[in-house]
Amino acid sequence: MKLVVAIIRPDMLTSVLESLFHAEVRGLTISRVQGHGGEMERVETYRGMTVKMDLSEKVRLEIGVSDHFVAPTVDAILSSAHTGSVGDGKVFVLPVEKVYRIRTGEVDQDAVTPMEAAATA
Amino acid sequence: MNAADTAWMLASTALVLLMTPALGFFYGGLVRAKNSLNTIMMSVAALGFVGVAWALIGYSFAFAPGSRFLGAPSFAFLRGVGLEAQGTIPHLLFMCYQATFAIITAALISGAIVERMRFGPYLAFITLWSLIVYAPVAHWVWGGGWLAKLGALDFAGGTVVHINAGAAALVAAMVLGPRKDYGRQAILPHSVPFTVLGASLLWFGWFGFNAGSALGARPSAALAFTNTLFAPAATLVVWTLMDLLRTGKVTAVGGATAIVVGLVAVTPAAGFVGPLGGLALGALAAFPSYYALLFRARTRLDDSLDVVAAHGVGGTVGALLTGVLAQKVWNGATDGALFGNPKQLGIQAVAVLATIAYSATLTWGLLKVIAAVAALRAAVPDEGLGLDVSQHGEEAYASGEGAILILDEPDPPAPAVAPVLRAEGGRS
Repeated sequence: MKLVVAIIRPDMLTSVLESLFHAEVRGLTISRVQGHGGEMERVETYRGMTVKMDLSEKVRLEIGVSDHFVAPTVDAILSSAHTGSVGDGKVFVLPVEKVYRIRTGEVDQDAVTPMEAAATA
Repeated sequence: MNAADTAWMLASTALVLLMTPALGFFYGGLVRAKNSLNTIMMSVAALGFVGVAWALIGYSFAFAPGSRFLGAPSFAFLRGVGLEAQGTIPHLLFMCYQATFAIITAALISGAIVERMRFGPYLAFITLWSLIVYAPVAHWVWGGGWLAKLGALDFAGGTVVHINAGAAALVAAMVLGPRKDYGRQAILPHSVPFTVLGASLLWFGWFGFNAGSALGARPSAALAFTNTLFAPAATLVVWTLMDLLRTGKVTAVGGATAIVVGLVAVTPAAGFVGPLGGLALGALAAFPSYYALLFRARTRLDDSLDVVAAHGVGGTVGALLTGVLAQKVWNGATDGALFGNPKQLGIQAVAVLATIAYSATLTWGLLKVIAAVAALRAAVPDEGLGLDVSQHGEEAYASGEGAILILDEPDPPAPAVAPVLRAEGGRS
């Protein structure tokens, strides 16, 4: 099993979710995060105070997948989160030691396989 | 000159002025958070730009004695506009009162082009629009122009303000084109409480708009006040029931919209129909706008905040129903079709069609001229980032995290970690 962690632009989230849905990737967690990459910082002004915004709004996706699902998942994110300018984000693929599904107590492969997929298999 | 009239018109002018920032909140709540300041600023900026244009030139083109189609430059730069009586109030006060109408009419159009129009061209657009579209139409109806001579009834600006802005909004939405996310993603209101607050403040200000249009502390102001209270109430009831029947749920955005639609519809009728006529008008006005909203959302027309459905359709229904429900016993002048004067309905229709034709044509031309000089739309990445940051360099809901104060130091030392990070990426 792998954990795919992607940092993407907030305004690309809908297109990424759509793309993941078409790739039949189910089960993911998102969080709104702030971060700093190679992006140009933005300058904002409030009355006389000028500030440099070093952190940009990003969305982090965490998707636990079985090994053969890693490539489709990553491909779906790469194709749908791409705009071509600096700040598109990153995709990390991390090894996972153990996964438990809380409801059933299933572990590892079974725990990251969606119910309907398990039923048809 | 009458002291009571002057006092009421001073208060009314302030009430109508409040409607423009209220509109900013009504619209601002309906857009996404990343565009909320831009949307509010579109209304706030009208206070400045249209206000100044009105004082310098607009008032003269609308109200100086001129031809049947346009005023004259004789009041330009407020020459000859002083403390002498205009009706029963000081001329200067009359000019201020009318200024607040010009301001909100221009700001109304912004609802059709939010979340995508660059701010500079927008400022140019509303300023010029108030001079070449609003001022002539105001002259036709209130400045002794051809619609006034024809006998068209428009108590507080159903045609001049709402149909005019609605037609301009339709054209502006078509010229600008839809937002990049329109029809692809769900674009949700970021603050429904702002929208309800804005609609509520609009209703409050609208008492100055309608009852103030009596231009004095007269009985007709009380009639207009009554209709401004009960017509939107009737619209709200009907809208609520339609929501309930269609989906089983009563929505807050729907309630706020219903209030605005009722207010728009009663605007031309306020001082001409009786209280029961006003109730009927408010109730009837709910249907066309309700279905226009549902229909518009299924089209490619990104009239983002439904200016056409609320103001164009609502204004048209109000103007036509004024020609049906007007009662001589209440207004002392004219009966409508229901009371034996079917001709009035025809006159109302002429006023509606003339306003739509003029406003749509000139708005289209004006936008094309501006587009030839500067791009109307924000670049696609700017639209994605949001217009608050890209156009204004501000955020509505800044967290403050990661904000580094820029001090006027001669040469701030570069962060020591920067070169290390660059080498680590692998691609450089």
